[in-house]
Amino acid sequence: MDFPILAVLILLPATAAVIIALLPERRSEVILPVGVALSMLPVGLAGYLFFAFEKGEAGFQFVEKVAWYEPWGISWHLGVDGISLLLVVLTTILVPISLAASTAITDRLRMFVAMVLVLEAGLIGVFLSLDLFLFFVFFEVILIPMYFIIGIWGSERRIYAAVKFFIFTAFGSALMLAGIIAMALMHGDQTGQISFNYIDLLQLSMSSNTELWLFGAFALAFAIKVPLFPLHTWLPDAHVEAPTAGSVLLAGVLLKLGTYGLLRFNLPLFPEASVELVPVLAVVAVIGIIYGAIVAIVQPDLKKLVAYSSVSHLGFIVLGIFALTSQGLQGGVIQMVNHGITTGALFLLVGMIYERRHTKKIADFGGLARVMPVFAGIFLFTSFASIGLPGLNGFIGEFLVLLGSYTTLQPYAIIAAFGVVLAAVYLLWAYERVFTGPVTKPENEKLPDLGFREIAIMVPLIALMLFLGLYPKPALDRIAPSTERVLDRIEQVADFDVPEPGRLDDVFSGEAP
Amino acid sequence: MTEWIWLVIALPALGTVFLHFFGRRIGEPYAGWIASATIGSSFVIGLIAAVPFLRGEAHAETVYLFDWIPALGAHAELLWDPLSALMVLVVSGVGTLIHVYSIGYMHGDERFGRFFTYMNLFATSMLTLVLANNFAVLFLGWELVGLCSYLLISFWFTRPAAAAAGKKAFIVNRIGDFGFMIALMLVFTTFGTLSYSQVLENPGELLGAGTATAVGLLFLVGAAGKSAQIPLYVWLPDAMEGPTPVSALIHAATMVTAGVFVVARTAPIYALSETASVAVATVGAFTALLAATIAIAQRDIKRVLAYSTISQLGYMFVGVGSAAYVAGMFHLMTHAFFKALLFLGAGSVIHAMADEQNMNKMGGLFGKMKITGWTMAIATLAIAGIPPLAGFWSKDEILGTAFEKGGFYYLLWAIGLLTALLTAFYMTRMFILTFLGKPRWAEGVHPHESPRTMTVPLMVLAALSVLGGLVNTPFRLGLEHFLEPAFEGVELAHAPEGALLWILAAVSVLAGVVGILMAAALYLGPEERRERLLGQIRRPWFAMENAYWVDQMYGRTIVIPGKKLSIWAAFTFDNGVIDGIVNGVGVLVQRLAAALRPLQTGLVRNYALVLAAGVVGLVVWFLSSGGL
Repeated sequence: MDFPILAVLILLPATAAVIIALLPERRSEVILPVGVALSMLPVGLAGYLFFAFEKGEAGFQFVEKVAWYEPWGISWHLGVDGISLLLVVLTTILVPISLAASTAITDRLRMFVAMVLVLEAGLIGVFLSLDLFLFFVFFEVILIPMYFIIGIWGSERRIYAAVKFFIFTAFGSALMLAGIIAMALMHGDQTGQISFNYIDLLQLSMSSNTELWLFGAFALAFAIKVPLFPLHTWLPDAHVEAPTAGSVLLAGVLLKLGTYGLLRFNLPLFPEASVELVPVLAVVAVIGIIYGAIVAIVQPDLKKLVAYSSVSHLGFIVLGIFALTSQGLQGGVIQMVNHGITTGALFLLVGMIYERRHTKKIADFGGLARVMPVFAGIFLFTSFASIGLPGLNGFIGEFLVLLGSYTTLQPYAIIAAFGVVLAAVYLLWAYERVFTGPVTKPENEKLPDLGFREIAIMVPLIALMLFLGLYPKPALDRIAPSTERVLDRIEQVADFDVPEPGRLDDVFSGEAP
Repeated sequence: MTEWIWLVIALPALGTVFLHFFGRRIGEPYAGWIASATIGSSFVIGLIAAVPFLRGEAHAETVYLFDWIPALGAHAELLWDPLSALMVLVVSGVGTLIHVYSIGYMHGDERFGRFFTYMNLFATSMLTLVLANNFAVLFLGWELVGLCSYLLISFWFTRPAAAAAGKKAFIVNRIGDFGFMIALMLVFTTFGTLSYSQVLENPGELLGAGTATAVGLLFLVGAAGKSAQIPLYVWLPDAMEGPTPVSALIHAATMVTAGVFVVARTAPIYALSETASVAVATVGAFTALLAATIAIAQRDIKRVLAYSTISQLGYMFVGVGSAAYVAGMFHLMTHAFFKALLFLGAGSVIHAMADEQNMNKMGGLFGKMKITGWTMAIATLAIAGIPPLAGFWSKDEILGTAFEKGGFYYLLWAIGLLTALLTAFYMTRMFILTFLGKPRWAEGVHPHESPRTMTVPLMVLAALSVLGGLVNTPFRLGLEHFLEPAFEGVELAHAPEGALLWILAAVSVLAGVVGILMAAALYLGPEERRERLLGQIRRPWFAMENAYWVDQMYGRTIVIPGKKLSIWAAFTFDNGVIDGIVNGVGVLVQRLAAALRPLQTGLVRNYALVLAAGVVGLVVWFLSSGGL
């Protein structure tokens, strides 16, 4: 067996967490730097993975498989394909950044850093698992550090937010667990060997009724994570209460577990149900896009505004996935990455101003661009990335999703396009109130602009926004074969033809008036 | 040279990046000269690359740079044909003059370097837009132009009005983009690619008449946003909150011409739909008239010019909507000359008057600022359509073509003619109020001529406003021969020939002269007569002065209800209803738990047991529903 790079990628942050826990608490000044340094190691490894990844290959690469509990067909089974590759890279990048942004945390710092690293291990594990049992373990492991990050280091209503977050997601995963076990048992029934192996379970034959039920169980768990309307209300609370690092990882990666799950499990495992339920998912996706944006407009709190903008952006991803076209799926995956970068950056920025003023209320600011020009510039840049300005990363995913979904989901795509207008409304209006005009509050007169550390935190994200906006090809080249494979599978199993744009009959068959 | 055409974009882009990091350190005036040099070089490169077209011996070429979004058939690829060549020359040529002028105008501004960063970015964006060889790159430039307008209009962001105007420009443009984006979806679904080479080659093959109409109308929505046409023109008058050279750049060389350009670029699609073409021309005609009536009653010199731009863009829409693509582009070019001149001249006046923009406080400036005065006089005559100045030729070609088409277009011609009269009137009024009559200056204002960096561009533009129209006259259709290859396969409409041509020309010149004379009689004559005459039309005048309260109407019918909806959704519905249900379920569970107190042991493992039992139950349910 070759070097088990994927296992190392999971174990590295886990080991780092142990090392941090062993550091003496009284040497608090070294804990954070050591944590940041240790969390850089997975970045290097993930970078290697990105370049070593075979581009034209659709299937799983770097596969590792070790039996865990054979009677139940559970194994330590890892692999990476174009869908998970970028999400793993994104996760590793966001962790050192969010740790470096956590200088405001003084209470139980050792535990905090360890929690973040455990969270990282869990997140990478989720993306790499090819065994549904293993997947579920990682999926649940994540809840614990996140629960503590919100519950211990959050602001005033942290307990409420943490409990809400936990109960919502735990409820969803209970349903999914039942679904997973049922599938493993069905596999046992059909072949004589119980199996949790993803590849094995793809071969299951199911009645369409069963497929619908199982689709529902998985989809509900993932819909809560995304979150899809109307299951989204845990998100704004969690974001508002979470410390900056928590918000960054929550928006940057955790939400993607939902969309990743839909793409990795729902589409390939339940293709017929997926095709059948496209209208349902499209409706909630579009509601999310428009509703999230409308609600975001008047939020008085910057973090809440960004949280609701996430609801809107994640709607685009779901729409792209259930468009069932090459462009839609590619757009969905790249949008997952882009949203992680952009929204992560926005939460970092909100955190920076919160550390200076101890408020996130839009009304407490005004005219900051004169006092903190660098901060204002980076905030505006990131806002435009989020708005989907071509040339920056957000556009690529949104545009692919919109063009891809028009082919199959015409009316939904049209409504979704209006979300792009609303994104400009809520972000530019917020920018106007926070940064332009005269400085109205004396407290804001003397705010220091971003320091070296803060700029260093933002630079990698800004570079990614530009690079992925101008040259997304390295990413798309790796994504496309794998999303194509998902579509191929749906075409083979379900009674569905993926439409090819350009070969359709005229969409409007009417004559010229 | 063609393979190097990407330098046209790359040079100002490089300038943008360089000035972003070093603009402040370099400071005045060198940052401005660097920015002017990059865009000036783009002009020179464009000129050299256009020579083969001028000789009539080259054909369109595409320059592939790299893959951008492969799944959409959208590469970073440029198209060098006569149409993009003309646009590159106008944008970079006029743009360079505006850059140089800005060195003088922005003198003393603490963000001098930053201003030129944005100006170079603006040029980069517009050049990308016109050089694109697919709709994705076009959209890239299209949106970046919107970004730059946002940045530059709200350049003096500490003024709330400037910040609000920048935001308004971007959002109104985005509303137009909504239509534009749907057009792109339709194009992509129909053709499976966004590349011009496949879409515009022979669109009729895949595009049915109905879809062509839909695409044409949706592009019109986008174009109406960028080019400030009904009903999306409201951002442009506010855009004058930016520094005056920015207005010149937006109104003349970049941004607003984008909509006209897109219609011309997609001419093969409009050729398939008479409905879409008529819609373009109709929107243009009515916008031209509406904006001209508003311009008449404005007091702010820049507002007059802003509404005048909207009105003139209307003419261009009439042109491209009548399939007179050459005429439309011709007017785009001449308008770029005289409108840039007018705005820069207005800037010179405002500069001299210590930032006064109200014409009621001007007057008698001619003697104090000879160069500005003379050049403005030329621009006024040019836009008023007095031969042989530039505006006469291009405007007349548009009107003539509309007349020649006949039918419904007679109406559009008549509207255009009326607008021509109004244009001559309001421009003469503006000139008289500013330069002639007795000084009405505020105390402490000492007008003076502007520095060389400002007056030289004025003189160059004045020369272009005089001579620019001669590139395409009925005697010698130079521009038409130049552009024709770009409209291969599209049937172009033409102005009439023979006696009718001269009669129509005479009528429109007459309209211009009448307009000028009316304004002269009114504003050079005794004040008491003017008061009396304007008093008789007090109400309509008041309505025109307030731009028919369209902004306020949008506020009341869209902005305020929108905000109310948003507040309701956020606080009543989301917080109240949805989260209320969530928390209600929570409370219910707690009550239930209290009732079942004996079962509640407080031990986590018991809860885990219950959860596990629930999971087992579900597994059984799934399996049984599966018929096992």
